[in-house]
Amino acid sequence: MNSLVKADIRKLGIAAVLFAAIYGMLETEIIGAFWELNLVLIMINIILATSLNMINGYTGQFSIGHAGFFAIGAYMGAIMTVKLGYDMPVALIVGTISAGIVGFLVGLPTLRLNGDYLAIATLGLGEIIRICILNIEYVGGASGLMGIPRLTTFPMAFWIMVAILFFIKNFKNSAYGRACLAIRENEIAADTMGIDTTRYKVMAFTLGASFAGTAGVLFSHYFFIAHPASFTFMRSFDILTMVVLGGLGSMTGSVTGAIVLTFISAALSDFPEWRMLIYSVAMIVLMLYRPQGLFGDKELSLQMIRSLKMGGKKNDD
Amino acid sequence: MDSGFMHQLLQQLINGLSLGSIYALIALGYTMIYGILKLINFAHGDIYMVGAYIGYVCTTIFHLPFLPSLLIAMAGSAVVGMIIERIAYRPMRNAPRIAILITAIGVSFFLENGMILLASPQPRTFSSEFSASVYHMGGLVINSQQIIILISTVVLMLALTYIVNRTKMGKAMRAVSFDADAARLMGINIDRVIGMTFALGSALAAAGGVLVGVYYNSIDPLMGMAPGIKAFVAAVLGGIGIIPGAMVGGIILGIVEALVSGFISSTFRDAAAFAILILILLYKPQGLFGKNVREKV
Repeated sequence: MNSLVKADIRKLGIAAVLFAAIYGMLETEIIGAFWELNLVLIMINIILATSLNMINGYTGQFSIGHAGFFAIGAYMGAIMTVKLGYDMPVALIVGTISAGIVGFLVGLPTLRLNGDYLAIATLGLGEIIRICILNIEYVGGASGLMGIPRLTTFPMAFWIMVAILFFIKNFKNSAYGRACLAIRENEIAADTMGIDTTRYKVMAFTLGASFAGTAGVLFSHYFFIAHPASFTFMRSFDILTMVVLGGLGSMTGSVTGAIVLTFISAALSDFPEWRMLIYSVAMIVLMLYRPQGLFGDKELSLQMIRSLKMGGKKNDD
Repeated sequence: MDSGFMHQLLQQLINGLSLGSIYALIALGYTMIYGILKLINFAHGDIYMVGAYIGYVCTTIFHLPFLPSLLIAMAGSAVVGMIIERIAYRPMRNAPRIAILITAIGVSFFLENGMILLASPQPRTFSSEFSASVYHMGGLVINSQQIIILISTVVLMLALTYIVNRTKMGKAMRAVSFDADAARLMGINIDRVIGMTFALGSALAAAGGVLVGVYYNSIDPLMGMAPGIKAFVAAVLGGIGIIPGAMVGGIILGIVEALVSGFISSTFRDAAAFAILILILLYKPQGLFGKNVREKV
């Protein structure tokens, strides 16, 4: 058994322990219904943030239309269960794949753009997806698709999240992931080295979009409703903020960003009028003093904590 | 083509022109700020909202006439714009692009939610002092507000063109947007020029805000979100960083939106704006007025 597999098994073990601890607290009702809801929301946001990090962090493409793919997953999943009467696994698969297909179709032409132009194009596409949904009567139009059964459970959300995190981690360490990182560092140089940049950019975009679709299915089957107002560009900005807060290109950073921001907005939910104000000031202050995010593009690991303990001595591995 | 169709077409053109001139006013600020800082100032739509609120306070609470209110709103928003630049954007001059963008989004949230706290989320109505007198011209309906919008826009655009092309500050602005480092070496105070650009752009957006308040008679703290994004579309359409481009882009966008809502469906209005955006980005990303820039390795 090589060290990578050992490390993976160790991480899986940590996930299982974490799961057992949270699940135990849920069962014994130490964690109430309000925080259970927010826990599921954290899982969903972690999936969204890490999948956007694949596009924005690893591949260096600037997408801010993630809410559109989230919406497609939410609606396609809901159509499967509500309209066609299938089970949750079918909804998850269809939601994931259809968001991936749309991501592929959208990514193929738009990824020729770069920088700010790509950002604005993806923002526009996200809005177009939402406006189209708004005009389809079959899925409830402006009033949203109601009556979705609550099929998402905490264990389901947790293990899907863990599976996606493992996938993204391994993607980054694979040849595909390295190609994406090369594109982020310097697209022209990567192209010269024989990397098919379009292929890898579209690949990362499609994968990111499909995971957003998975998150969408979990979302609509937890909150009973898929409503166009949940998928505006504000949602895309929210996801982007989580990624940048944690540090662009750091998966553990995205996870931390998602947890911190979901937690803050839940904790401030008693003061709705102050919530967004504090949130926005926090965002500005963080960017002013730490523009690279909490972790930069480093991963949080035991090694990092160990090196901190050693008084910040540089620890080359 | 029957006369009914022609009639509706002309009517939608008039509506589109007045809507488009407001987009153009906001787009000008976007394009100037982008031209100089390469920053998509997401908070720009909210400056427009701030301008509308200052205008509301002047007209409805202090009962000032239209012109002084417009000027006060423009001056007030110019100050707000400069403060934002000073506090939030200037320390970020050398930060990664995405960090500045997030800051801009943060400023935008801050203005929106600050205004919700200050003025409550309820929409406000402008005083009815500018009640519309409606003119009929050959069956077409034009109201006095549309005329006010058109005249104000034309005057403001002429003023801006004069400032940018004929004054020393305008020359400095063009120099900084062409090459900031070279401009600095030539002794231009870049910070002052950038502050001035924010002031000018914000003043124009505020004028747009007051005009919209007069036109639709209703303002609310989130009114800047959609027009902000659409004005950016207008700026990209005309070629970002190019001032006449923003004017033309705004007016084209307004007319297209009016035609789509008049002939297809008003719910597809917003989709039309974004569809234009995607098409222009795919086929002519430098915009209608832009020049092709060769990529340097």
